[in-house]
Amino acid sequence: MAGPLAGVRVIELANERCAFAGKLLADAGADVVLVEPPEGAPQRRHEPFLHDVPHPERSLSWWHYNTSKRGVTLDLGKAEDRGLFLQLIATADLFLEGEEPGRLASLQLDYPDLKGRNATLIMASITPFGRDAPRSAEPATDLTLSAGSGMVWMNGYDDHSLAPVRGGGDQALNTGAHYAVMSLLAALLFRDGTGEGQHIDVNIHACCNVTTESGSYAWLVSGATVYRQTGRHAATYATISPQVRCLDGRYANSGVPPRTRTEFASLRQWILDLNLQDDFPEILFLERAMESDFVDLGKIGDDDEVTAIAEAGRNALLLIAAHLPAYEFFIGGQERGFSVGIIYSPEEVLHDPQFRARGFPVSVQHPELGRSFVYPGAPYRFNASPWAITRRAPQLGEHNGEVLAPLKDK
Amino acid sequence: MTPASAPRVQGPLAHVRICDLTGQLAGAGATKALAALGAQVIRVEDPVRKGRWDILRGAPPFVDARRGLDLGGGFNNHNTEKLGITINLRTSRGKQLLASLIQRCDVVSENFAAGVMERLGFGWEQLRVIRSDIVYVSHCGFGHTGPYKAYKTWGPIVQALAGLTFTVGMPEREPAGWGYSYMDHTGAYYMAMAILMALVHRNRTGEGQWVDLSCTEAGATLHGPAILDYTVNGRPMRRAGSPDSNRADWPAMAPHGVYPSKGRDRWIAIACRDDRDWKACGEVIALPWDREARFATRALRLANRNELDILLAAWTRELGPHDAARLLVSAGVPASAVSSPQERIDLDPNVASWKLFPTVRHREMGEVRVDGLGIRLSKTDWAIERGAPCLGEHNAQVFGELLGLPAEEIAELSAAGVI
Repeated sequence: MAGPLAGVRVIELANERCAFAGKLLADAGADVVLVEPPEGAPQRRHEPFLHDVPHPERSLSWWHYNTSKRGVTLDLGKAEDRGLFLQLIATADLFLEGEEPGRLASLQLDYPDLKGRNATLIMASITPFGRDAPRSAEPATDLTLSAGSGMVWMNGYDDHSLAPVRGGGDQALNTGAHYAVMSLLAALLFRDGTGEGQHIDVNIHACCNVTTESGSYAWLVSGATVYRQTGRHAATYATISPQVRCLDGRYANSGVPPRTRTEFASLRQWILDLNLQDDFPEILFLERAMESDFVDLGKIGDDDEVTAIAEAGRNALLLIAAHLPAYEFFIGGQERGFSVGIIYSPEEVLHDPQFRARGFPVSVQHPELGRSFVYPGAPYRFNASPWAITRRAPQLGEHNGEVLAPLKDK
Repeated sequence: MTPASAPRVQGPLAHVRICDLTGQLAGAGATKALAALGAQVIRVEDPVRKGRWDILRGAPPFVDARRGLDLGGGFNNHNTEKLGITINLRTSRGKQLLASLIQRCDVVSENFAAGVMERLGFGWEQLRVIRSDIVYVSHCGFGHTGPYKAYKTWGPIVQALAGLTFTVGMPEREPAGWGYSYMDHTGAYYMAMAILMALVHRNRTGEGQWVDLSCTEAGATLHGPAILDYTVNGRPMRRAGSPDSNRADWPAMAPHGVYPSKGRDRWIAIACRDDRDWKACGEVIALPWDREARFATRALRLANRNELDILLAAWTRELGPHDAARLLVSAGVPASAVSSPQERIDLDPNVASWKLFPTVRHREMGEVRVDGLGIRLSKTDWAIERGAPCLGEHNAQVFGELLGLPAEEIAELSAAGVI
């Protein structure tokens, strides 16, 4: 079975800003043709490398962000190659690019030029600040976009002498890619109904600026500012940390404290099962809570008993976590109905029973190396048109023959 | 500003109707984006519990001293442009009403715990009988299969399990983690993408389907190069000195970090991508050390980045974050203040020109600003004008105009507690 975007043709001009959007489309079954300059895209020089040996075909960043795509090389500075590029565009449903604003216009390959070749084309431009805005020409990276859009403001430690912290994994660029795919697909559905193409301007800074949850709406609604805290939501006031170091030195999140009679009873029993009651005189408050149907956590701070009960619930979870390895705490808590979690590093996910049971780690063949490697798998499970990595990232000019030769014959 | 009953602006999805059982941000955020792009999203809530399943309905922030289930600021932010109806799915008449609604919809979306829809009688096998080409997208913490399918999550737990919490931090300290539910937003984006992909497939093949979206799986795809560094090179992120997430992932850069600025708890992010950026940065700084041979190439700057960071911080400390960023950006060097909510929402000319935070009219809250979308579509742009629906606000419109029920029957259903 083919993916949900089978039959959709995408031309992507290689750029780190649009690579992830191209991967999302390609792994969903679209035929994505990646266009690189003859010397190769700069992203081929991004670390890490296979066995740490730098080489354009050994960049693991390139491998990850370009799965399921085909690759061709064109020198857009040359008229002949621009002609081939326009022929490629004529075959496309979608065109994805992340060039500096103005570059495509200078090559006469911008949307007004392309729509003359393909009136139904949908083109998305992914740039740091949008294409036609006061800050369009400013340089930016994932770090500076994260900082300027509020993402960094939200993260860090209780100790404010330490810098606020960016999230790992280039999430600002990822967020731009998510918006690009949403808008491209919406425009594709519109075109399928009307035959009309259009241009989409994706502003990464703006996409991130509306991806900060209460950081935005605390300000928008009530003019309040949230501040960063260790291991939990930034807030307008200091909250108790749910993050705890477990017996094995790993950290866990002790989640949402108990609220119902059953939850308090279950938590008390867990304390007894672990024989921790002598270390936990507050167990009396858990027993007190078992006498009422529901503890209204909204009254924390206003009602002394509710405050004591809520703190006892949190402290019981923290105490248990400190006496168990993180994974046992996670499973033990969830089996008792508590929304708690182990803090995994990214690679540890691959060994987790849930991710393995669902087949999340997938094997991708690298025929030229005579072996396969494990990649992160499906973000979603389509039951009629499954997600799949259909091939490893393209080598430089790998598909020039099959993609460009037929155009040259025309 | 348009009244609730007026036809809305035509977006690219004006032909799509969604029966929306989502809530919180992880679900509601998906259909918010689709509604802004023109889909008719009909949000179905429980009249018995007065929609309290969505904890944001009556949660702060509030616009004024009033409190109530129609006044939650986050709820309004995540449910703009939707219609709101109530159906009591414990009743057989309520189930019939939902089935009639689904027959008139392209999509059913929900983010209940796994198993809830089956128990209500609206799991995939039942939905496809109601409408053979329905697109059904479910979204929960671990998906509908596997040993953890019954486990409960919210944003921070998803982020913990997906490897995202771990990667926000400084070496040899506990994880700082995300200070918000990044995966509620991002899970919602995956949900919206899944809905749109399944609609593209349906339009081309006539075939509906079920998409089982696990938020932890979506989150675990967001660290690809780090995972490959492990599976290919055997190098885990859990190792001494890692993570150090203000430093560059890949490509490696130096200087690259968040540096102290003048002012209380003020910071600036600076990234020199290459030797050209470093040279330009040096010209701005104009201190003798910037020409030192030990910083001449990227490899040298990476090798000596601890000393480089100390020297750069001595410069940044003397200037306000915006002043320093202006100097560096003018020289072509990526830099930005770590902006506060006020600075990034109200004081940025780019944001103002984009009209990123539109004002909506909410029946009870009045005029409130909300998050918009970071995109512009040249022919069919997004629009957000209407606030979130109050509980059952559009019962008359949806049950009357869409399902064709006479006013007397709607009144009876309401009196009987069915809607």
